[in-house]
Amino acid sequence: MLNNDIRKDFPILDQEVNGYPLVYLDSAATSQKPRQVIEAVANYYQNDNANVHRGVHTLGNRATEGYEGARETVRKFLNASSTEEIIFTRGTTTALNLIAQSYGRANISEGDEILITYMEHHSNIIPWQQLAKATGAVLKYIDLEEDGTIALEKVSDAMTDRTKIVSMMYVSNVLGTMNPIKEITEIAHVHNAIMVVDAAQAAPHLKLDVQDLDCDFLAFSGHKLCGPTGIGALYGKKALLNEMEPIEFGGEMIDFVGLYDSSWKELPWKFEGGTPIIAGAIGMAAAIDYIESIGLDNIEKHEHELVAYAMEQMKTVEGLEIYGPRDSSKRAGIVTFNLDGVHPHDLATVLDMNGVAVRAGHHCCQPLMKWLDVSATARASFYLYNTKEDVDRLVEGLRMAKEYFQ
Amino acid sequence: MGNEKLDQLYRSVIMDHYKTPRNKGVLESSNVTIDMNNPTCGDVIHLTLQVEDDIVKDAKFEGEGCSISMASASMMTQLIKGKNTEDAVTAAHAFSDMMLGKDIDDSMDFGDIEALTGVAKFPARIKCATLPWKAMEKGIASDSE
Repeated sequence: MLNNDIRKDFPILDQEVNGYPLVYLDSAATSQKPRQVIEAVANYYQNDNANVHRGVHTLGNRATEGYEGARETVRKFLNASSTEEIIFTRGTTTALNLIAQSYGRANISEGDEILITYMEHHSNIIPWQQLAKATGAVLKYIDLEEDGTIALEKVSDAMTDRTKIVSMMYVSNVLGTMNPIKEITEIAHVHNAIMVVDAAQAAPHLKLDVQDLDCDFLAFSGHKLCGPTGIGALYGKKALLNEMEPIEFGGEMIDFVGLYDSSWKELPWKFEGGTPIIAGAIGMAAAIDYIESIGLDNIEKHEHELVAYAMEQMKTVEGLEIYGPRDSSKRAGIVTFNLDGVHPHDLATVLDMNGVAVRAGHHCCQPLMKWLDVSATARASFYLYNTKEDVDRLVEGLRMAKEYFQ
Repeated sequence: MGNEKLDQLYRSVIMDHYKTPRNKGVLESSNVTIDMNNPTCGDVIHLTLQVEDDIVKDAKFEGEGCSISMASASMMTQLIKGKNTEDAVTAAHAFSDMMLGKDIDDSMDFGDIEALTGVAKFPARIKCATLPWKAMEKGIASDSE
């Protein structure tokens, strides 16, 4: 387990909610921010704020260095071979839409197949639905195993000569399952399909290596890994990005503008139209530095221990059903559940009245909820600042809810 | 733990409607059918009404949701049965006001429904309570078209 002193880095945790010390178990929705990130953003605005890539003046240089320095931090974080392969976006959703609209429109035609899974977040479903509708392509779903995992044989079976794109989440935001992305990428490549990875839930918890995974695109969001909202990144292989057209046009992304025709800047800037998210990128880089100073391996281990403890304790609550793999070692820091006789919204309200924040609802995964045959679930998600005491408070709240609704 | 605060929300009459909902089911003789969901949380309601000569003769609901949304549906159907459609819509507006914490007209006899006033203090739950009413309003509007 990580040292409890980590909590001191997160000022927000030091407060009471509804008369009880806050227990924040909703990090899969968004993580809390350490002082180091808050200060990096404040420092940028207080000392360096200027527009990037254009100022001759000193502040302009500092802002550009901060922004491009953040790109280098992301490159190292993902082990990409070049910063040309790192595009800043508003988040994972924007990145996935960019792939679907740019790569997809140029490379997908009628009858081609796009392969995703039932566990995907809406942001990794709808861009492909829209692409399929616009091009006449076919959107196909890989079925899940009983425990919510993905079997490689099913991926192989679903592949055809027409499969052009495989897109999948690395870690499920509901089941907590970690998908075998490297192996699935290999299968995709055998069929000459590209592999897109939604790493929104993976980046905060696992060491990522895009060269080792060999995926073609990978997207993540800053706010889930202790960074600010409104910033994320898209990794893409240079050869693919070079061939792709921008989807947003305007300032920052142009090389030469004529009356009737224009040309674009080189990578990665051609995909970053408009004044970029400078403070966000700097904040996200500070967040990456922060979690790397603690160590992704240590964070992953900490979460595994917490989840194992949580699952063990939660099992003692009568009528509690946990979704996804029973084996806690197959999970990232997420436990999704239902308590018999208590609707998840009611459960979340009871817990909130006791200072415990959990998510209730469909978690932006309506197809997965259908697969699980539930209309909603409750979810507790853990991060580096959570403790076993937090789990105890959750379990205490669950017992109370059970009693209250009896 | 914070039972007192919870009791403001989950009044016993609400729990009663949740556990033994009135007018639960599907109306065979319905001429107005409405499906509505709350996309942020997954609550769904299937409301069937029998409207004749601008009078709501009968109403039933099916659905899936939390105690607040299902109790609210139960109470709403109870209230509108026998009312003319105009009064039913007026009640829906008054209910919205109640959820916004506004004072409502004294002439509005809400009965059990007044137990839901506590929901106004739980902003995240207001949409749970208003879902059945919005469905009813939509149904009546579609019938009068």
